[in-house]
Amino acid sequence: MIIRRYVDLNRLTLTAQSRADAVLEDLYKEFDLRVAANPQGLCPIDAVLSFVRLCQAQSCGKCVPCRVGLGQLCDLMEQVLDSKATMQTVKLIEKTAQSVYETADCAIGYAAAELVIKAVKGFKDDFVSHITNGVCNSSFLNPVPCKSNCPAHVDIPGYIALVGEGRYADAVKLIRKDNPFPSVCARICEHPCEEKCRRGLVDAAVNIRALKHVATDRAGVVPAPKCAEKTGKKVAIIGGGPAGLTAAYFLNLMGHETEIYEQRAKLGGMLRYGIPVYRLPDAELDSDIDAILSTGTSVHLNYSVGKDGTFDEIRANHDATFIAIGAHSDNKLGIEGEEAQGVTSAVALLRAIGDGERPDFKGKNVVVVGGGNVAMDCTRSSVRLGAAKVTCVYRRRQEDMTALAEEVEGAKAEGCVIATLMSPVRVKSAEGKVVSLVVQPQIIGEYDAKGRPAPRNADVPEQEIPADIIVVAIGQSIEAEQFGKAGMELFKGSIVTDAGCAIKGFEDVFAGGDCATGPATAIKAIAAGKTAAANIDSYLGYEHKISCDVELPTPKLVNQPRCARINEKEREAGARCKDFDVFEYAFSDQEAKQECSRCLKCDYFGYGKLEGGRELEW
Amino acid sequence: MVNLKINGKAVCVNEGTSILEAAKTVGINIPTLCFLKDINEVGACRVCVVEIEGKDRLVTACNTPVEEGINVLTNSKKAREARKSNVELILSQHDYHCATCVRSGNCALQSVANDLNIHEVPFTEKLTKKQWNNDFPVIREEEKCIKCYRCVNVCEKIQGLGVWKVLNTGSRTTVGIEGGKDIASVNCAACGQCITHCPVGALHERDDVDKVLEALEDPKKVTVIQIAPAVRAAWGEAFDITREEATVKKLVACMRKAGFDYIFDTNFTADLTIMEEGTEFLTKLTKDPGSLPLFTSCCPGWIRFIKSEFPELLAHVSTTKSPQQMFGAVAKSYFAEKIGVDPKDMYCVSIMPCTAKKFECSIPVMNDACGDPDVDVVLTTREITRLLKVYGVDVPATPEEEFDSPLGVGTGAAVIFGATGGVMEAALRTAYFVVVGENPPLDAFKDVRGLKGWKEATYDVKGIPVRVAIASGLGNTRNLLNAVKKGEVAYDFIEIMACPGGCAGGGGQPIEDGCELAGVRGENLYGLDDIADLRFSHENPEVNAVYAEYFEAPNSHKAHTLLHTDHFHDGIKDYK
Repeated sequence: MIIRRYVDLNRLTLTAQSRADAVLEDLYKEFDLRVAANPQGLCPIDAVLSFVRLCQAQSCGKCVPCRVGLGQLCDLMEQVLDSKATMQTVKLIEKTAQSVYETADCAIGYAAAELVIKAVKGFKDDFVSHITNGVCNSSFLNPVPCKSNCPAHVDIPGYIALVGEGRYADAVKLIRKDNPFPSVCARICEHPCEEKCRRGLVDAAVNIRALKHVATDRAGVVPAPKCAEKTGKKVAIIGGGPAGLTAAYFLNLMGHETEIYEQRAKLGGMLRYGIPVYRLPDAELDSDIDAILSTGTSVHLNYSVGKDGTFDEIRANHDATFIAIGAHSDNKLGIEGEEAQGVTSAVALLRAIGDGERPDFKGKNVVVVGGGNVAMDCTRSSVRLGAAKVTCVYRRRQEDMTALAEEVEGAKAEGCVIATLMSPVRVKSAEGKVVSLVVQPQIIGEYDAKGRPAPRNADVPEQEIPADIIVVAIGQSIEAEQFGKAGMELFKGSIVTDAGCAIKGFEDVFAGGDCATGPATAIKAIAAGKTAAANIDSYLGYEHKISCDVELPTPKLVNQPRCARINEKEREAGARCKDFDVFEYAFSDQEAKQECSRCLKCDYFGYGKLEGGRELEW
Repeated sequence: MVNLKINGKAVCVNEGTSILEAAKTVGINIPTLCFLKDINEVGACRVCVVEIEGKDRLVTACNTPVEEGINVLTNSKKAREARKSNVELILSQHDYHCATCVRSGNCALQSVANDLNIHEVPFTEKLTKKQWNNDFPVIREEEKCIKCYRCVNVCEKIQGLGVWKVLNTGSRTTVGIEGGKDIASVNCAACGQCITHCPVGALHERDDVDKVLEALEDPKKVTVIQIAPAVRAAWGEAFDITREEATVKKLVACMRKAGFDYIFDTNFTADLTIMEEGTEFLTKLTKDPGSLPLFTSCCPGWIRFIKSEFPELLAHVSTTKSPQQMFGAVAKSYFAEKIGVDPKDMYCVSIMPCTAKKFECSIPVMNDACGDPDVDVVLTTREITRLLKVYGVDVPATPEEEFDSPLGVGTGAAVIFGATGGVMEAALRTAYFVVVGENPPLDAFKDVRGLKGWKEATYDVKGIPVRVAIASGLGNTRNLLNAVKKGEVAYDFIEIMACPGGCAGGGGQPIEDGCELAGVRGENLYGLDDIADLRFSHENPEVNAVYAEYFEAPNSHKAHTLLHTDHFHDGIKDYK
C-alpha cells in the first residue's frame, strides 16, 4: 500500500503494514513450515537456544529481564553447548529463567523464559552430557523422516521412486518387506510418515498414503516371497488382527510354523470390525490377508482363548506365543439411563457392520458421543445406514478432537452435526427406550496437566438432544484379565511389555498391538507384529533376515521449485453418504507422477547418504 | 546409455554414472575434497558442485547421476564462485598453519584452495580445540578436521569397526569417539586406515621422530634400525625418485647417512617367523589337528582386533612374535652378545608401514631380551621421510649400500610378507619342504596372491590336505571369523592382515590422496621375490646360523622364551 499525504494536518491516519513487516510476515509463514516439519533427534539445547534468540529479537527492549536476561540465557546455553560450562551454569540458567519469568512485564519475556525452564527440566541429561562428556547425547539418527516416523519403518522414498517409474508390483514388494498390509494402509493409515516429511520445509508434505494407494490399486496380485527353510518351530498367535497377522507373515517367511487363534468368524481384527467398509473395502483387506495366509499360517476361527482352550495349553504346545488380542471391549459413559434400549457402543455397531449386518437407522435420530476417529466412523456410518439426523456430541472444541481433521470435515460435508462443547449428563428414555441425550453445555478454559484445554460447565441450562440411537464412542478397553491371572503384569488393563514386545517372566511369550499399548493405530499394531516376529525369531535361536530384492531406479534430480501437494479426490458428499462404497479416488497417472517428483529422496540426498539412509534388511 | 553435454562436449555414459565420472571420460576434471570412490560419496564438502543449465541450484558432481539431455557446466561463474565460497567456509574452521602441519604439500584442502586461487578467507576464523590422548598411535586434531567423514566410512565400511562416529548435531557436528571417550578405551585397532584416507592433517600418527633423533645424537646409544618388508615398496614415493630408483639398498644408505650404527632387515626375522610359526603349524597339524585353525600373528592391528572383537578365538592365534618383535628380541640378546654391547645401551628402531606397530612395541611383556622394551621406537614410513629431511639427506644422490650383517639377510619368502597372502605363501613353501623333504615349485602357491579381501585354497602336502585362508581388511576379517564360528567354513591355517592389501597398504605408508597403492606396492614386492637368490626361509644362511649358534631349533625352549609370546597375558587389561 502506498501512503500519500495530500494534506498536512490529518487528524487520524490508517495504519499500513510496512514493506519490511509484510516480507517478514511471509518469512514467518515460511518458517512455520520448518517448525512444523522439524527434523527429530537433534540437539534439543541448540534448538531452544535458537528459539530464545528469536524471542530476544522479538523483544521491545523496554524491560531488563527480557532485554538483558534472554541474551544472558543464550550465552549461558552457548557455554553449555561448547562444553565450557559446569553444573553451576545449569543452576544459573534455571535461576535466571525463573527470574525472567517472574519479573518480565509482558508475554514476550515471560513466555520465552518458560521455554528455558521447560528445557532444563525436560532435557537435563543433555545438559549434563555436554558438560561432563563434551558431546551431545543426540545425533542425527533420523535422516529419512518419513521412514523413521513410520512405526514399521517402511522404505517410503524407495517405493515412491518405484511408483514414479510405474513399477507398482515392485513397490508393493518393497512395502511388504516391513509391512504386509500395503492395501490396508493405502486406505486407512494415519500416515505419521507425512508429519515430518522434509518436503514440508519447502511447501507441504508429499501425499505418501495416496502414492501407496496408487501402487496397491495398480499392482494386481503380487505373490508373497518364498519362505525360508522350515525350522520346525511352532509359534502360536492369539488374535488375528493387524499385529497377529503381521507377526504370522514374517515368522512364516523366516521358516517357522504359525497358528492363529481368532475369536471372531473372520480375520482382520479392528481392520474388519472397527473400520467401516466405505473406508476400507473388504476386498482390499482380504487381498492383504490372502497374501499373508499364502505364506502358510493355519487359522482357528471362532476360537476364544480362555473358553475353547486355555492360554496355558496353547503356550505348552508351541515354542513361542504372541498375544495380540487388541482392544475390543467398550468404555461406558457412566451416566444415568445408559442401560436404556437404543444405547449401543461403537464396538458393537462397527462389529455388526464388519460382519455384513447393516442395522436399519432409517428415519432415526442418532447421537454419537466422542471425538476420536472411531466416533467419526460411527457418525459417518450412521448417515450411511439411513439416519434422519446424526449428531456427534463432544465435550471440547472441534480443534481439540483427536479425530483427523479431514474425517471431521468429511462428516460435516455428509450432513452430520458436530455438536461441540456438550457434556452428556443423562439418557432420557420412555418405556425403556431412549428418547434423548441430555447434555450440559461447556466452556473451554485453562489447560490441564496434559496440556489439553479443559472444558467445564457453562452457566447455561442443560439441553436435550432427541435420540433414537445413542452410540458411545469414548474409547475401547482390553480384555486381558486371563493373562493377568497367568502372572503377567497389567497396567490400566493392558499387558506390560518392553520395547521388544517381551513380557517379564515369560521368555517364550510376547505381546503387542492395542492389547499392549491401548487403542492405537493400525500401523502401530503392524509395527508391533514386525518387532515381535524379529524378537521371537531371535528367541528361537535364529537370525533370519527379511529383505527385498527390488532394485531402486537411479535417483533423479529433485523437482526443486515449490509445487503444491495433490490431495485425493472424494466422491461428492451427497452421493457417498447414501452407501458404503469407497469414497476416495486414487490419483491419475499424471497426479501420481507429479506427486512422486515432489519427494526429496532423503535416503539419497542429505544425511541419509552418510548414514541411516536405506535399510536393506532387518 | 545416457547422453548429456558437459561444458558443451557430448558425453555418452552408462545410466547411474556420476557427473564426476562422466566428466572424466572427456578429460574434464572437477575438483573434489570429501569424495572417496565407493567409500565416501556423501557430498558433504560441496566443493564438486556444478551447474546444470536451467536448474536454480547446483548439484554435487560426485554423487549426482547423469540424466538424459542435461547440459552440465563445471566452470560457470556460478559454479566456480560457489565452489570457492565453500572452500573458504571450510578454511574458516580449519587450522591452516600449514607450515607446522605434517600434511603440508600433501593436503587435499591445500591443493584445492591453491587451485581455486584463494589468497584470503573473508570469514572469521572459528577453530575448535578438543582434548586427545596423545600417547595413542592415532592422533586427531579437531581444529584441522573438515568433517568430510572419510574416516567414519573407512572405519565402518572397510574395517567394520565404526570407531569414528559423527558426534553432535547442527553447527557443532563433528567426528570423534562415541560419547567423547578416550580412543584407547574403545575397540580401535590402531590400523591407521583413517589416517591414510584423511584428506588433511586432522588424523596422523603419533610423531616419534624426535625420540629417534635424541637417540642418534646420544653417544652412549648403539642405534639399530630394522626396515620392514613393505617399506621398501613405498618409501620413495615421498621423494623425487622413481619406484625403480627407490630400492631398499638406497634406503639403507640413507639410514647410514642419518647416523644409525647398524641397519638391518626385518626380512631376517620374517624368515625366522616362518621357521617358528611354520613349525608351530606343522606340529598342530600333525599332532593336534583339533586345535586348528591357526591364525598368523604378525599384524598387531589384527591382534588388537581379535582381542576386542573375538576374544573367544584368541587361543587360535600363533604364539610366534611378529617379525618386528622377534627382531628386537634377537638384536638385544644374540646380536648384543655378539658385538659385546650391553643391551640396555642398545636403541632399537623399526621402520614400519604401520601405526599399530607403535602400539605393539609398547606391549608390557615385549621385553624378553633384557627387561627394556625389545623395540624402543617405531617410525612409520612417513616419519622416516621426515627424519631424512631433518638431516638433509640428499636421497636422489645417495648411492645404494648393503645391509649390515648378521641380521641383514632376508629371502624372497620374507619380502612378500608385505603383501596380503605373502606370509601364507612363505609358510607353505617351508612347510612343504619340511613335510616333503624337497622344495616345492616356486609358483606352487600363487593362488593366495592378489587383492581379494578373502581368499582360500587347499593344498595337498604329501597326502595331507591343508586348507588355508587369507583375509585383509578388518571388515573382511570379521566376515571370515563369523563364518568360521558358525561352521560355514573350515580352515587349517589363516593369515590375517588388518589393512586392505596387507602391509603394502598399511596405515603408516605414504599417502597419495584418493589412490589405493597396495596393489602396485604388492606387485613390487612379488617382483623382488622373483629376482631374489634365496626364495625359501629355511635357506636363509643367517637364520640357520642363529639357530646353530643360539636357538638350537625352531620352537626350542630358548626360542619360546625370546621368539614367542603369551597373548592372554600381555600386561594390558582390556582392549576396549
